[in-house]
Amino acid sequence: MSSLLPFLDRSRTIAKPGFNRWLVPPAALCVHLCIGQAYAFSVFNLPMTRLIGVSQSAPGDWKLTDLGWIFSIAMAVLGISAAVFGRWVEEGGPRKAMFTAGTCWAGGFLISALGVYLHSLWIIYLGYGVIGGCALGIGYISPVSTLIKWFPDRPGMATGMAIMGFGGGALVASPLSVWLMSKFASPTHVGVFETFIVMGCAYFVFMMVGAAIVRVPAPDWKPEGFVAPKQNRLISRKDVYVYDAVKTPQFWLIWTVLFLNTTAGIGVLGQASAMSQEMFPGHITAIAAAGLVGLMSLFNMGGRFSWASVSDFIGRRNTYFVFMVLGFVLYVTVPFAGATGNVYLFVFCFLIIVSMYGGGFSTVPAYLKDMFGVRYVAAIHGILLTAWSAAGIVGPVLINYIREYNVTHGVPKAQAYNTTMYIMAGLLVIGFIANFFVRAVNSRYHMQADHPANAGAVPVGGAH
Amino acid sequence: MQNVDQSKTTTLHLVLAWCFVGIPLLAGVTQTLINAMKLFQ
Repeated sequence: MSSLLPFLDRSRTIAKPGFNRWLVPPAALCVHLCIGQAYAFSVFNLPMTRLIGVSQSAPGDWKLTDLGWIFSIAMAVLGISAAVFGRWVEEGGPRKAMFTAGTCWAGGFLISALGVYLHSLWIIYLGYGVIGGCALGIGYISPVSTLIKWFPDRPGMATGMAIMGFGGGALVASPLSVWLMSKFASPTHVGVFETFIVMGCAYFVFMMVGAAIVRVPAPDWKPEGFVAPKQNRLISRKDVYVYDAVKTPQFWLIWTVLFLNTTAGIGVLGQASAMSQEMFPGHITAIAAAGLVGLMSLFNMGGRFSWASVSDFIGRRNTYFVFMVLGFVLYVTVPFAGATGNVYLFVFCFLIIVSMYGGGFSTVPAYLKDMFGVRYVAAIHGILLTAWSAAGIVGPVLINYIREYNVTHGVPKAQAYNTTMYIMAGLLVIGFIANFFVRAVNSRYHMQADHPANAGAVPVGGAH
Repeated sequence: MQNVDQSKTTTLHLVLAWCFVGIPLLAGVTQTLINAMKLFQ
């Protein structure tokens, strides 16, 4: 690709004097706002069960259970592609990665449109699930190390801004998709085919703008007036090679912390609507529950920016201590709120919990940078995202099966979630212990000048 | 061929770039807030 499209090369993206680093967060947001659409894919599920019948499902129409696999495949491929392509993303540079992500994301939509047109679910599994999933993985990690290099003074805030975009993407995509489908719908047509084509083209343009804007800093660049922070045992100035990082206990401790924080959050996030209605029958209606879900998505997005920014001041490890301790208190408080019928306390707990769920994602790149240096942070981050995939399976399963077990054993629906809340609180205790054991990486893992990865490497990216 | 002045970021560049991502995001947030208000009705 480098000889075919040389403008994508890392060397062509080095910023010239006069470039303002505040252009890089919008470039990152161009990508994350687009791929964040994944969280809103469910708006297509019901219309896609009526592609033949139009007004209602007809024989031959797809079932919801079959359509659910599209999102599941995309999320699984996200974790796999982030892990597999992480090193390529790091070495190829952000523009090449963003261009690839944009092409795959738009391609995924266009192939899915073909799948809708030919009424072949397998084509959609391939398009949105596999090719779109690759775009999710590559796009998610593409701006991470670039932002950290541009903002050595505020790495948490910088990555928090981009990852906030992933949370915000669904807020944009959901009403846009519904509006487009309403415009293209006709008495003989649900409008999904055209909506996929329009969204694919729009996302391609948006992501290409991001790829065009993005720059990496020159090797000797530093922000004006920047003074490297005082020596801190938990902030390394040495780099660790990606495949050496996974051999360290620190990597797996942080993996565990992210996995447990995400498991706890994802279980609540996916079930908030049903849980709130069952815990407060008569008080929270289906419409109000939909409002709660909307409010939670705002706090999920806001938490990504605010918690990561806070971590710049209190430190990454302390931020996760806050997640674990505050999370424990809030999960234990939820059954109390249910028992006393205190809706406001319940909503408050859920909103803070979901903000910490988002904060867990956005703070982790800076945590990895503190531990393993900036050079391979995106690649290491890519491998760490397998914790997200694992939590995506464990979280909903835990909450659903425990609720089901309680209900079938005679526990009233209003109290069926109590055990789950206590289990989630217990998970956070384990997370607290894992975080407690995170120490500075042993110097034997630090990259030396004669490391094979340094052979022929072009020094790019600045202030470590 | 290279002209350093051409690469200098102006305020207009910054405003355009932030509006490009900020306007859709703000529209999405506003729409979500409107829907979320149903919780308090």
